[in-house]
Amino acid sequence: MNVGLERTMRIVAPIVAGALLLALWYVLVDVAKILPPSVPSPNAIITQFTDNFGIILNATRITAGNAALGLLIGAIIAIVLAALAALIRPLDGMAAPVVAAIAVVPIVALTPIFNTMFGASAQTGRVLIAAIASFVPVYINVLRGLRQARPVQRDLFLAYAATKPQTFRRLTLPMALPFLITGIRIASSLAVISALVAEYFGGPADGLGTAIASYAKSGKSALAWAFVFASIIVGLVFFLVTLLLERIVRRYRSEH
Amino acid sequence: MSRFVTKEQAAQTPAVRVAGVDKAFGKRAKAVSALTGIDLEIGAGEFVALIGPSGCGKSTLMRLIADLDQPTAGTVEVYGKPARQARLDQEYGIAFQQAGLLPWRTVVQNIALPLEIHGVSYAERAERAEALATLVGLSDFRDRYPDQLSGGMQQRVAIARALAERPRLLLMDEPFGALDEMTRERMQTELARIAVESRAAVVFVTHSIPEAVFLSDRVVVMSPRPGRITHIVDVPLGTARPELLRESPEFFAKVTEVREALHGAPVERAPER
Repeated sequence: MNVGLERTMRIVAPIVAGALLLALWYVLVDVAKILPPSVPSPNAIITQFTDNFGIILNATRITAGNAALGLLIGAIIAIVLAALAALIRPLDGMAAPVVAAIAVVPIVALTPIFNTMFGASAQTGRVLIAAIASFVPVYINVLRGLRQARPVQRDLFLAYAATKPQTFRRLTLPMALPFLITGIRIASSLAVISALVAEYFGGPADGLGTAIASYAKSGKSALAWAFVFASIIVGLVFFLVTLLLERIVRRYRSEH
Repeated sequence: MSRFVTKEQAAQTPAVRVAGVDKAFGKRAKAVSALTGIDLEIGAGEFVALIGPSGCGKSTLMRLIADLDQPTAGTVEVYGKPARQARLDQEYGIAFQQAGLLPWRTVVQNIALPLEIHGVSYAERAERAEALATLVGLSDFRDRYPDQLSGGMQQRVAIARALAERPRLLLMDEPFGALDEMTRERMQTELARIAVESRAAVVFVTHSIPEAVFLSDRVVVMSPRPGRITHIVDVPLGTARPELLRESPEFFAKVTEVREALHGAPVERAPER
C-alpha cells in the first residue's frame, strides 16, 4: 500500500511540478503580461510546433542522425583503443596524453575547420564533432572497466587454468560492461549537444541547431522555441535508449 | 580411466612435495628473499597448517604449490606432477581470504564456475553445485547474489567452489581471516568435517594458533627474514575434530607447543599486535 503510494508519487510529482511551471509561465506571459513580448507563451510554441511539424521532424532527423552516427563511431573507436590500451601497457602510456588533449579540445572550435575540410554541404564535420565528443568518456570508462577485476579473481581464473578468451568472457567483460554503459550514457548527451551546437557554426542549412539560430535571430522566437522543444525530445530519446541498453546489459551479465 | 590410475598411485605419492625451494622477489641487486631452503612433504589426505608472522612467506609457499608464482630454485610437485601440470590438470581447489565471488552470479552459478570453465555439462554442473551448496549449508540461498550474503556465507561459497572439481588437494590462504570469531569457529568445525568427508589433503595458511591446532594433523611453523620452516608440530588429535576438543587439555597443550615454537624462533621477533 505504502510502496504503491510512493511509486505513484514518483510519477505524479514531476508531472504536477511540470504542469505548475507551465501554468506559471502561461500566467506570466498571457495573463499578467509582465515578461517582454520576445518571450513567447506556451500556447504559441505549441501552435508553431504542430503547424511546422513536417520541417521540425526533418530537422530532428538530420541532427539526431548526426548525433547517433557520431556516437556510434566515437564509441566503437573508443572501445577498440581502450581494449588495446588495457592489453598493451606501453600503448596506454602513449594514448593517455593524446586522450587528455582530445578531452580539452573545445569542439566548437573545430567546427569551422571541419566545414572547410569537408565542404559546406556535407554533414561529415558535424558527425565528426559528435564522434570526438563521444570518444573521451567512452574510452576513459571502458579502460577503467577493463581493469576492474581484482587480483584474487585473476588468481582464481589462473588456478582454474582458464584460457584467455574464457577469462575475458567470464571475468573481464562482465566487470567492464557497467562502465561501458556509464561511458555511453555520458557520451550520448554530449553527442546530441555537440551535433546541435556544431550547426551554429555553418555547414549545410538544415538541422535543429541551424533552425534555432536563424529563427532566434529573425525574431520568430516561438518557432525557435518549438525547435528547442524538439531538441529536448531528441536528448530524452537518447537517454531512454541508454537506459534500455543498461537493462539489456544487466540481463546479459546475469547469464554469465 | 587415467584418473583412476593416478588415484591408485596416490596412496604412495605424497599430495605435495616441496624440495629445496627458494623464492626471491625482484631483480638481482634488489632481490628480496621470501623463502629459503624449503623442504616439505604433505601426505595424501593430510591436513597441514602453515603458520607464522607476517612476512614469513606462508602465503608465498602456498602460491608456489598452486603455481600462481614460480620458485627461484628447487622443485614443487603435486601428486608427483610438476606444479604447473598439476594446475592445468586441476589437481587442487583453492580459496583465499577474500571470497572473490563474481557479483553477477548467484551462489550456485559461482560454485559451478570452475566446472563451467572445464566444459562440464549443464545438468552435471547444476547437480554438483546443488550438492555443494547443501554441503556448506547454503541450499536455502542458492539463488542469492553475493552482495545479499554475509561474509561467512560468501566464504562458504568460496569453499564450495574450491571443492567443485572434487580435488584431492585443497589450498586455503587464510580463508577465515576476515570473519568474526564466532563465525570463524563454526566454519572451522565445518571445514574439519568437509576435509574428512572429501579425504582431500589440505594446505591451510593461517596466523591463528588455535585454528591451526584445531584443524591440522601437522602445524608447520615458519619464521621471516628470510622465510623458512623452523618447526613442525605433530597434532595427533584424531581425524574427527569435535567442538569439545577446543576445551580439552590436549588441545591446550598443543596450542602452547605451537606458540612456543613460534616465539622461540631464534630471530628477532616480528612486532606483535
